[in-house]
Amino acid sequence: MNPKRAWTLPVVLLACLSVLAVFPLVGETFYIQLLTKVMIMAIFAMSLDLLVGYTGLVSLGHAAFYGLAGYVLARVAPQYAAASLWTTLPLAMGACAVFALLTGLLVLRTSGVYFIMVTLAFAQMLFFVFHDTPIGGGSDGIYVYAKPELKIGGTNLLNLEDRKVFFWLVLGLMAAVYLFLRRVLDSNFGRALIGIKTNEHRLRALGFPTFRYKLASYMLSGTLAGLAGYLAAAQFGFVNPEILGWHTSGGVLMMVILGGMGSLHGAIVGAFAFILLQEALSNQAWFGPFAKHWQLAMGLFIIAVALLLPRGLMGISGLFAGKVKREPGVE
Amino acid sequence: MSEAILRAERLTKRFGGLTAVSEVSLELHVGQVHAVIGPNGAGKSTLTNLISGDLPPTAGAIHFLDEAQLAHDLSGLKSDRIARLGIGRSYQKTNIFLPFSVFENCRLAAQSRQPRAWRIFRSADRYADVNAIAERSLQAAGLGARSAMTAAALSHGEQRQLEIAMCLATQPRVLLLDEPLAGMGSQESQRIIELIQQLTPAHAIMLIEHDMDAVFAVAHRLTVMVNGEVIETGTPAEIRASLKVQQAYLGDAHGGADG
Amino acid sequence: MDPAFFFIQLLNGLQYGLLLFLVACGLTLIFGIMGIINLAHGSFYMIGAYIAWSLASQTGNLLLAILLGIPLTVLLGMLLERLLFQHLYARDHLYQVLMTYGLILVFEELRSIVWGDDVHGVAVPALLSGSIPLTDNLSYPVYRLAISGICLLLAGGLYWLIQKTRLGMMIRAGSTNREMVQALGINIKLLYTLIFALGVALAAFAGMIAAPVSSVYPNMGAQVVIICFVVVVIGGIGSVWGALLASVLIGLSDTFGKVLLPEYAGVSTYLLMALVLLWRPEGLFKRI
Repeated sequence: MNPKRAWTLPVVLLACLSVLAVFPLVGETFYIQLLTKVMIMAIFAMSLDLLVGYTGLVSLGHAAFYGLAGYVLARVAPQYAAASLWTTLPLAMGACAVFALLTGLLVLRTSGVYFIMVTLAFAQMLFFVFHDTPIGGGSDGIYVYAKPELKIGGTNLLNLEDRKVFFWLVLGLMAAVYLFLRRVLDSNFGRALIGIKTNEHRLRALGFPTFRYKLASYMLSGTLAGLAGYLAAAQFGFVNPEILGWHTSGGVLMMVILGGMGSLHGAIVGAFAFILLQEALSNQAWFGPFAKHWQLAMGLFIIAVALLLPRGLMGISGLFAGKVKREPGVE
Repeated sequence: MSEAILRAERLTKRFGGLTAVSEVSLELHVGQVHAVIGPNGAGKSTLTNLISGDLPPTAGAIHFLDEAQLAHDLSGLKSDRIARLGIGRSYQKTNIFLPFSVFENCRLAAQSRQPRAWRIFRSADRYADVNAIAERSLQAAGLGARSAMTAAALSHGEQRQLEIAMCLATQPRVLLLDEPLAGMGSQESQRIIELIQQLTPAHAIMLIEHDMDAVFAVAHRLTVMVNGEVIETGTPAEIRASLKVQQAYLGDAHGGADG
Repeated sequence: MDPAFFFIQLLNGLQYGLLLFLVACGLTLIFGIMGIINLAHGSFYMIGAYIAWSLASQTGNLLLAILLGIPLTVLLGMLLERLLFQHLYARDHLYQVLMTYGLILVFEELRSIVWGDDVHGVAVPALLSGSIPLTDNLSYPVYRLAISGICLLLAGGLYWLIQKTRLGMMIRAGSTNREMVQALGINIKLLYTLIFALGVALAAFAGMIAAPVSSVYPNMGAQVVIICFVVVVIGGIGSVWGALLASVLIGLSDTFGKVLLPEYAGVSTYLLMALVLLWRPEGLFKRI
């Protein structure tokens, strides 16, 4: 079904990639850091888009994986020395995969609104685990004092303390995730996922064991979200229970919807738009005393998008017009 | 083949206080079309749902013989498992992937038999065997020329054809066709009737239809259901002659749909 | 644990559960009947609490504040339904989530602007400020018993409303077949507005009577709504009975959890939910 995309899209993407690649050489530190944060969010948003936009599973608890990976780094990293990227990144992503498997077996027994609620609930459960129990550092959080390092032999290949290097690492990973998901979505597996979103009942009647596909999608999605969470923890140098909170889950869902679901570059655009909007609204130089209450403007903006722009900023192509399944007896 | 490939035994479905299907038994043989007819609300679609696994039966069993002559009891199995055993069904209410192209609808159906889901880096379009099956099914259903169109843009009749093409693409041995001619004009209907006749030698077909001309043109056996129960089973001639059936159903409704 | 202490925790758990029920009940009704998932439902609980505190500080009387506050929240509910929520009936859950998430942000900021971010206490009304002695040195606050009593009364009232009145019949019918109800000439729009307002008022009322016991603080809405979701998942969407059972279950497990295993109390609610998902994913009960 995925028709050959017009060559304009790859050209545009390549152009943006090039612009981003040279940015650290000319840009200010503040903007380098901001764009790094945005690109990490883009990875997070793409991971959720796989689940929401392509598999049709609306999760309101995606922050669980994001936060879990960050906490794994924070717990495993030596107190004042650099952690090894080789070991901690796979560990963090692996933890997310396992958590996705265990919770997926439970949450995927539900659908529609129930699914939304239980995914939110499981993220909240993890919040309490890190907030109340000794595993997390309580509400104070845990610091990650040194950026992870990528050592071969005795030499550090990536000096992540250098903001430019960190930027390029994140840029590379964002591009890699994009290309990876592009391929996956064009495969048999990806087509089945899109079939699930469009008409799961029929796909099952054709002989597809859709539960397994949904679980695989959930696990892949959670693992990639973990990548984003790891990078965020490394960049920010700090984790606390709030990163598992529903504002994180809600925010990334907004990014996916803003970007128009069912197009990966849409998720990237949505992430850029959402964070830049957030930065703009909270900018005191521009909005003075109103900047403190930027969430009000953000909230109104979101409500307006919900009511007026059903297709998000990008406009969903006619190909992905399927809806999230609704419960029987409601409409 | 004297052995029935699928045998439903005293199938019953109750929804709370309502009995939709009551003690229905029937047999399907390869090379035969077994038509199930009856007025609206007789329970025909529910019966189909019971056999296809969309609904679990309240009582009764469904015996199925697969290619290796292994016996299965289908009652209680999920619909995807039943489909993989070789039982395909088409739906009364068109149930296709509207946003996809016609070809993709069939390709996806054909993919179900060769899922190869772990090959996440290979484009789905590059499996020649799956593409060939999809192409053949589309041709058989008469949609060869419509391959590239979006399914939502097809006419109603063409969408019904796609329903059947998708069913064929899963290469089933048993076909459960739920009102395939619903809403079709006479030319399109003729086409589907011919298709069913072509498919009959190699498949066991259960056909639910209101179009009596079509039914008598293709069916080898008929089962008549009224209010969830079987009131008569037999050859077309026997059914035509049956007073019971005439009283309950055929009467003045002969040749017309939905009485 | 001695019997008196156990008994006190039992009463506390029941009281918490019953308060939860008031809020969750509105959520499950609104979803069951109108098909709307409302993330902002907890905000009504918060708004109720802040209104009660605000009016009580001005009038010096919590009961009066509640009496004044209830019609305000009913009005708020009706306005919200007419202006915003009615556009969501035919939409995907995704857009309902989106819009109500935006609404949470709006409510939180408005609350911050109007009432600030501080935590406030509310005095128990003098009439109910006594304690009932249980043992020589333990007694139980009358006010907490009053809360439980009021919630039980309301639960009973809801049961009577839904099962025994014409309005209740319309509610039950509207949840299963909207078009038919409309065809029968019942004004479905008005029905929906009323139900929505009822849900809002129940949640706000819960916030009002809870204020002396749980204080009035910024994050109270968010906390309660997530637990309410768990209540709905456990109890089954649209089922008032299920909401009652699940709320009490959660209230008890949370309260006893806090005294027995304080670090795991917060998680206990979700473990309960996980158990229910294993056993009966569609909830313990179904529909009204």
